[in-house]
Amino acid sequence: MNAPLLAVEDIGVRFGGFVALQSVTTAFHRGRVTSIIGPNGAGKSTLFNVLSGVLTPSSGSIRFKGQDLKGTRQHEFVHRGIARSYQITNIFPDLTVHENVRVAAQASRSRYNIWTNRNRFSELDTKADSALEAVGLVAKRDEIAKYLAHGQQRALEIAIALISDPEVLLLDEPTAGMGPEETKEMVALLEKLASERTILLVEHKMKMILGLSDRILVLHHGRLIADGSPRDIQTDPEVRRVYLGQNDGYA
Amino acid sequence: MTSPALAEPLPSSVRKPGRVKSLMTTYRVPLSIIALCLLPWLLPSKALAVNVLVYGVVAVGYNLLFGYTGLLSFGHAAFVGAGAYITGIAIGQFGVPWYAAVLLGVIGGGLLAFAIGALSTRTRGIYFSMVTLALAQLVYYVALQASSWTGGENGLRGFTVNKINLLGYDINFLDPVNKYYVLMAFAALALWVVSRILNSPFGAAIEAIRENERRARTCGYNVERTKLLSFTLSGTICALGGTMSALHLAFVPLDSLHYHASGMIVMMTLLGGASSFFGPFVGALVFLVMEDVFSLWTSHWQIIVGSIFVLFVLFLPKGIWGTFLARFVR
Repeated sequence: MNAPLLAVEDIGVRFGGFVALQSVTTAFHRGRVTSIIGPNGAGKSTLFNVLSGVLTPSSGSIRFKGQDLKGTRQHEFVHRGIARSYQITNIFPDLTVHENVRVAAQASRSRYNIWTNRNRFSELDTKADSALEAVGLVAKRDEIAKYLAHGQQRALEIAIALISDPEVLLLDEPTAGMGPEETKEMVALLEKLASERTILLVEHKMKMILGLSDRILVLHHGRLIADGSPRDIQTDPEVRRVYLGQNDGYA
Repeated sequence: MTSPALAEPLPSSVRKPGRVKSLMTTYRVPLSIIALCLLPWLLPSKALAVNVLVYGVVAVGYNLLFGYTGLLSFGHAAFVGAGAYITGIAIGQFGVPWYAAVLLGVIGGGLLAFAIGALSTRTRGIYFSMVTLALAQLVYYVALQASSWTGGENGLRGFTVNKINLLGYDINFLDPVNKYYVLMAFAALALWVVSRILNSPFGAAIEAIRENERRARTCGYNVERTKLLSFTLSGTICALGGTMSALHLAFVPLDSLHYHASGMIVMMTLLGGASSFFGPFVGALVFLVMEDVFSLWTSHWQIIVGSIFVLFVLFLPKGIWGTFLARFVR
């Protein structure tokens, strides 16, 4: 197999005496959907925060396209090619939908220009519009983001993450708080996105994960306890014990 | 500073500015300048008009940081004062021509803003406000102690600009109308610069940080550096207001560095409307007119102004101009 796109080696994260992640080693290859599952407090969000630069790990290293990301600051991750969404919707509430995506697009090319009229950068408008089209929000273009329905806000956040054209997209519970209809739309969107980029997903909805993922990682108490295809994970006795077993029939 | 949805009568979820509003936005600089041209003829005294000009510039500069970047600084008097002192010292002690003294004041105030900003923008929320307050008080005490330069408690005097030479013409600067229109040129410059900054990509970046700092960082903005640049630009505009004040009064009171002055800048900005371009100017106007009028009646004018301010914060959080734009301009 070719070199992995993103690899973590022996990652550990501690908060005081609490060990959130313990020597996690794994690698992610191009063009697949990998889901990270585990009970609450298993370390899923912590791993995401490490992969997106929000947290600096206490030990271990992250390599992206062969380069060590040590010392890379959070805002630089997106310029390297790693973008993310958050578990709790994280958008610019008082900007319009279009402005939300446009200001995200602008971050890659014009951050400290204090003089040129921003409307001159018309390619940003085009880019923002095409991202809105990708997530199905064109009709909401001029609405103020905070008035959108929950599912649309989640989709907007994905558009914000997509605009940097990331190689790796980290999505933290993209269907959190969604009803079945909205979830179905989100799954369709994720399937479309998965054809073009590498997606890492933290999710709780097992049915959705099993259908969508090429590979599943299972975290438990900060340790990686299983790693394999959805079929492997479903039959893994350890996983059944700590996770699936808690809620029989869910899987 | 996100405006609460409750404050709006019927929140229309679509933002499509009407014709009048979009014209007002497009031509906000020329419209503001027209308003400033008329101002001295509408106010009881020309000296008051010049004061409005000075504090209008200060509040507009402050608003770049407070209204648009969402950072509440309690130390902006330091930059106003620094601009004023540097201008006064340059003219009085070094005999520098007035225009060069203005330039020095603006640059010096800007550098001070960069230094204070570099320390304060590392912190957030209330800590940021407290750090700016503390550092500005430090500047106040330096000015108090360095009395051979600054005149200490008595303030700085002895740099009166009687006349200025403009394109070969000698203009009597003691004439209040002349003084107003010369200083108005600086105010116009400040408004134009701030308007350009707000229209620039950087203007979009600071708004993004105000709206959601974490998302802005995730989008790839270096939040700390952006805040520092905003702080520096804001302080520089305030320093320009300070140099205007020095030319106007031919005197720099030590109190111009005091945190009371910083608080006044915040009040003016909120009163006029922190969410709008021209609001801070309106705030400065209303504040100073109230001071002028109420202080004729009672020496406790601050009680009245303070009460009005509280009513505004409670019931009209968008300020005078912001509310006017939201209610009456479509």
